[in-house]
Amino acid sequence: MSDDAGLMTVLLAMFAGAIRVSTPFLFVSLGEMLTEKSGRINLGLEGTLVFGAMSGYAISYHTGSPWFGVLVAGICGSCFGALHGYLCKLPKVNDIAIGIVLMLFGTGLAFFFGKAYIQPSAPRLPAISFGAWSDHPGIRQALEINPLFLLGIVLAIFLWWALRNTRYGLIIRTTGDSAPAALALGINVDRVRLLSTMAGGFFAGIGGSFLSLYYPGSWTEGLSSGQGLMAVALVIFARWNPLYCFWAALLFGAAGALGPALQSIGISRGYHFFNAAPYILTLLIMIASTSPRRSLKGAPGELSITK
Amino acid sequence: MSKFELSRRNMLKSSAAGLAALSAGGLSRLAHASDLTVGIVYVGPRDDFGWNQAHAVAAAALKDVPGVTVVEEENVPETVAVEKSMESMINLDGAKLIFATSFGYYKPFVLDLAGKYTDVEFRHAAPLWTEADPKNAGSYFGYLDQAHYVNGVAAGLSTTSNKLGFVAAKPIGTVLRNINSFLLGARKVNPEATVQVIFTGEWSMPVREAEAANALVDAGCDVLTCHVDGPKVVIETAESRGIKCCGHNASQAPLAPKGFITGAEYKWETIYKMFAANLAEGQPLPNFTGGGFDVDFVRSTPYGAGASEAAIASADAARADVKAGKPIFVGPINKQDGSPLLAAGASFDNYEPSLDQTDYLIEGVVGSIT
Repeated sequence: MSDDAGLMTVLLAMFAGAIRVSTPFLFVSLGEMLTEKSGRINLGLEGTLVFGAMSGYAISYHTGSPWFGVLVAGICGSCFGALHGYLCKLPKVNDIAIGIVLMLFGTGLAFFFGKAYIQPSAPRLPAISFGAWSDHPGIRQALEINPLFLLGIVLAIFLWWALRNTRYGLIIRTTGDSAPAALALGINVDRVRLLSTMAGGFFAGIGGSFLSLYYPGSWTEGLSSGQGLMAVALVIFARWNPLYCFWAALLFGAAGALGPALQSIGISRGYHFFNAAPYILTLLIMIASTSPRRSLKGAPGELSITK
Repeated sequence: MSKFELSRRNMLKSSAAGLAALSAGGLSRLAHASDLTVGIVYVGPRDDFGWNQAHAVAAAALKDVPGVTVVEEENVPETVAVEKSMESMINLDGAKLIFATSFGYYKPFVLDLAGKYTDVEFRHAAPLWTEADPKNAGSYFGYLDQAHYVNGVAAGLSTTSNKLGFVAAKPIGTVLRNINSFLLGARKVNPEATVQVIFTGEWSMPVREAEAANALVDAGCDVLTCHVDGPKVVIETAESRGIKCCGHNASQAPLAPKGFITGAEYKWETIYKMFAANLAEGQPLPNFTGGGFDVDFVRSTPYGAGASEAAIASADAARADVKAGKPIFVGPINKQDGSPLLAAGASFDNYEPSLDQTDYLIEGVVGSIT
């Protein structure tokens, strides 16, 4: 294989990987972004993601409708969000600690209920083909796009618009930047945060159902390799901007595809390093984007880590 | 570590010793299978369509043996956690025989505990035990490379691009040996065949396994197989991309109704039942048990819709040959770097000890260990 053909294969694989792998990152990071905009951090989204994957798969198996599974995964996610929102409302409760508790709780609960669903095969989500114009099988395969990915793009644009231009967006941002100001305006801070966390949980649950119902497309206990946690880092990288969340999710997806793609064209020395690319990227981003001398641009003022 | 924990552990230890003394010594307890408790530790879920499922199916057969109680724990990582799991099985459940079923459990965890609890028998599922190790530890293993060789024969006759894909977990001896045998099977019937391997670096990493499978298909492979703990994702990806596949560890035939050819499966129940029978008769357990088709420790999955008649005939013949002791590794074979492994005319016995320490890929395999 010539070098050019090899390079094309890798680029194509990274493009395809970005589309295939990015959706869970996108949904979880949008959910986390919304929660953080209202002034709380929900680290429990990893658990929500895993539980969403399990519940979506289980419902799809029992009802035969994967879309109904996605909906139930979202509802389960918002239940976790409601629990987080309620507990953090209580005095002297730390949202980060509650998040870690919910992460373990969600994962454990998903494993407990998910035992029965490892074996059966549930109906999966369909894909839409956008590649009919191309003769290249790789391109056609890469352009088999899941509707959830498109929904994620729409959601990112909608959130970007809504946070800037609507009254509700203003309420959320005010709550997140200064609780006293929000109180002075007559806003019920706890309720805004509860609803934002619930919406965030809903998105994370949908992200989880994508893992079990589309790609890789089955429920196993090792399904999530930390996507939920990485998405939290991704929000900081994206500066709490929904549109940047989308690009960051694509970048992480492409980084995940790099290791296997390089091995497939025969560049396999140091594959451990390339396989670790998403995690190294996370680390580099965290280092590059923090400084002791200033707080992050765009960071909500009420966040317990930036206060 | 607190003093309290140390003293608690010592108290557990001494009470266990007291119990053992009361029941007239641990070994005589072992001799009577009437009250034998067997502990089994798994690295993943018991129903993963793969490695752990193969063990769990066999453990279920063991439960039917009268007088045997089986205690199991799943999702135990290859860390100090497995030591705690095994200790609690010994001290709390009274287990006298422990099956540690994952590769990384052996060193140092099984070895440490075997030195500490000399009246408990430990058996580990990988060919790692040597004479220098404690006598109450041991290894049992199915030589799955024989079944991967049969897979290779069937795959070699099923490919049109002559590129076979292999999704592998970690570059350890047994995995490399399976890859090499898979290639040798394919080369036996199709000298043009090559095997392209992608290592994921983890025993279970579904998203990366799916990415690896897709990358292999994009690179032109039209038959996929794998050596990961749960092959479900690889097999389902192959099926959804419309290519053929060979299974690994347990039967994945239901996952690929169109493209499944055959698969390499362990038959651990042969070994587990043999151990249980030994214990019932008061016989000591062997320290090292291993075998392939000849002793019924491995088997091939029944053929699926992806197997052509030619592939079935050749694969059946290859299995009969291996069962009769005909060697898989027949020279000339070069390692990937071009250095000779076997000269023309030379061959390895199928149980050649040096193959247990395989640390190379052979010529015809595309991919690198490091």
